[in-house]
Amino acid sequence: MSEISAEQVAHLANLARIALTEEEIEHLTTELGQIMQAVEQVSEVATSDVAATSHPIPLHNPLREDVPSDVLTVDQVLSGAPEHDGTRFVVSAILGEEQ
Amino acid sequence: MSDLIRLSAADLAAKLASGEVSSVEATQAHLDRIAAVDGAVHAFLHVNDAALESAADVDRRRAAGEELGPLAGVPIAIKDVLVTTGMPSTSGSRILEGWIPPYDATPVRKVREAGMVPLGKTNMDEFAMGSSTEHSAYGPTHNPWDLERIPGGSGGGSAAAVAAFEAPLALGSDTGGSIRQPAHVTGTVGTKPTYGGVSRYGSIALASSLDQVGPVSRTVLDAALLHDVIAGHDPHDQTSIPDPWPSMAEAVRNADVSGLRIGVVKELDSDGFQSGVRQRFHEALELLAANGAEIVEVGAPNFEYAIAAYYLILPAEASSNLAKFDSVRFGLRVVPEGGGTVEEVMAATREAGFGPEVKRRIILGTYALSAGYYDAYYGSAQKVRTLVQQDFASAFDRVDVLATPTAPTTAFRLGEKLDDPLAMYLNDVATIPANLAGVPGISVPAGLAPEDGLPVGVQFLAPAREDARLYNVGGALEHLLVDRWGGPILSQAPDLSTHELMATEEGVV
Repeated sequence: MSEISAEQVAHLANLARIALTEEEIEHLTTELGQIMQAVEQVSEVATSDVAATSHPIPLHNPLREDVPSDVLTVDQVLSGAPEHDGTRFVVSAILGEEQ
Repeated sequence: MSDLIRLSAADLAAKLASGEVSSVEATQAHLDRIAAVDGAVHAFLHVNDAALESAADVDRRRAAGEELGPLAGVPIAIKDVLVTTGMPSTSGSRILEGWIPPYDATPVRKVREAGMVPLGKTNMDEFAMGSSTEHSAYGPTHNPWDLERIPGGSGGGSAAAVAAFEAPLALGSDTGGSIRQPAHVTGTVGTKPTYGGVSRYGSIALASSLDQVGPVSRTVLDAALLHDVIAGHDPHDQTSIPDPWPSMAEAVRNADVSGLRIGVVKELDSDGFQSGVRQRFHEALELLAANGAEIVEVGAPNFEYAIAAYYLILPAEASSNLAKFDSVRFGLRVVPEGGGTVEEVMAATREAGFGPEVKRRIILGTYALSAGYYDAYYGSAQKVRTLVQQDFASAFDRVDVLATPTAPTTAFRLGEKLDDPLAMYLNDVATIPANLAGVPGISVPAGLAPEDGLPVGVQFLAPAREDARLYNVGGALEHLLVDRWGGPILSQAPDLSTHELMATEEGVV
């Protein structure tokens, strides 16, 4: 289960949107294999009769009145953006030439 | 060194309330200390240039007869994971370098409303991923007990700031031990509250189901006073517990362990722990027993799977949380040579902006969540989480609190474990179970390990919502140990004044 290839790491990096270098991919391939081997032991005790816990303290659907609360202004929201036009975030092209 | 910086927060607050000292004087004394020793310690990433102004404002309000909270005018350091208006908030990462958030995290808002004075932002492992602060993009923090050693992590900056008398109090965050393990290695106190006890709003998320903000201090009472300030329901955090909390400070003031049943987790009292760590741990238990506590051995057979489950759940949640760093809304943007699509810009930005440990964990989390592996990894880890909770539940049927050494070793040398992620992860073996189960934990100084003279902490754990029990037992132990030592443990820490002197000679100050 823990055999991880460089191709897999490159695929994961693409999914995670990180332009890893070849050297990083090589390094991570070894490390991920070791880490996964260590963490795989969870399957020893995670049998089908054990329920999964996603949240440590059970709370049920906290709701509030549907009225505007103290939200940020447009200026505040844009204040940290690398590029904006005063009302919107500016990004580069969504599609490349081949798309 | 000014006497003001050696006072506990509680004692300083009393002097502020009586008018003997002003907040401007107290704040200036701490800013002077930061200027003198932080070149050597590097606890701070940013020093607040509005600190004296905030202090003067509190002094004015006090002079005008305004009713102020118990910690009004007391300076505080803030871990850089918490967003702050007027101060950059980087979470230790290049990707957020220079970012000034448009709002305050709820715990920060609460300390400001309590009249406390933010001194600045403290160093941390990038996005709180680490146990040594060596993964900070801005260089490591040094342990004030030995500058060649780690101050713990991820909140090493907050713990070192408090240990080096640069601040009487600090805010931290704890996902797998990031408040408690730094307390252990620096001879300070740190609490991870019950999950949901303190709002996570504005805490830059690492793993949302594990993260919890809490107090860092030199005394148990100080931690309790700060806990009382930051705890409570916050509608901005959907996981915030709506019930009211009892006063933690009262629990310290009324500390009494007679009849208290303390469970020793046998799986965490093993040969895997350094001998001096175990020795001080057992001495602490004997002292508590001599004062009326009942010591019981308990088993927690599933704790041995906790680290494995944690290193699946944490990267999975982190890989999702860190997707927000997309070069669009805040932080760094790196455009590849010749331009690129928004996805290429994103990938280039994340490649340049994230450090090696963050990349490692994002890739690991992406793998654990990917199609075909989800059930085997993330699903199994969530089942282990249930088993760890069951271990806690059966232990707490028999005892009021649990006790363990906080971490397996004293502070190791900077660089020693940097190239071995698995060895680094093992530092959290005793602290992780609490995060998986959502229960509260505290680390209190237990003494110095005889073999290396470095601080050792004892950890207490209580059932969810029973944080006050930690302050009861922690306060009682501290009182007994300080009597035995003839003063606080930090009075045995090396004097950093030689560094003050060097800094002055080099013209840094």
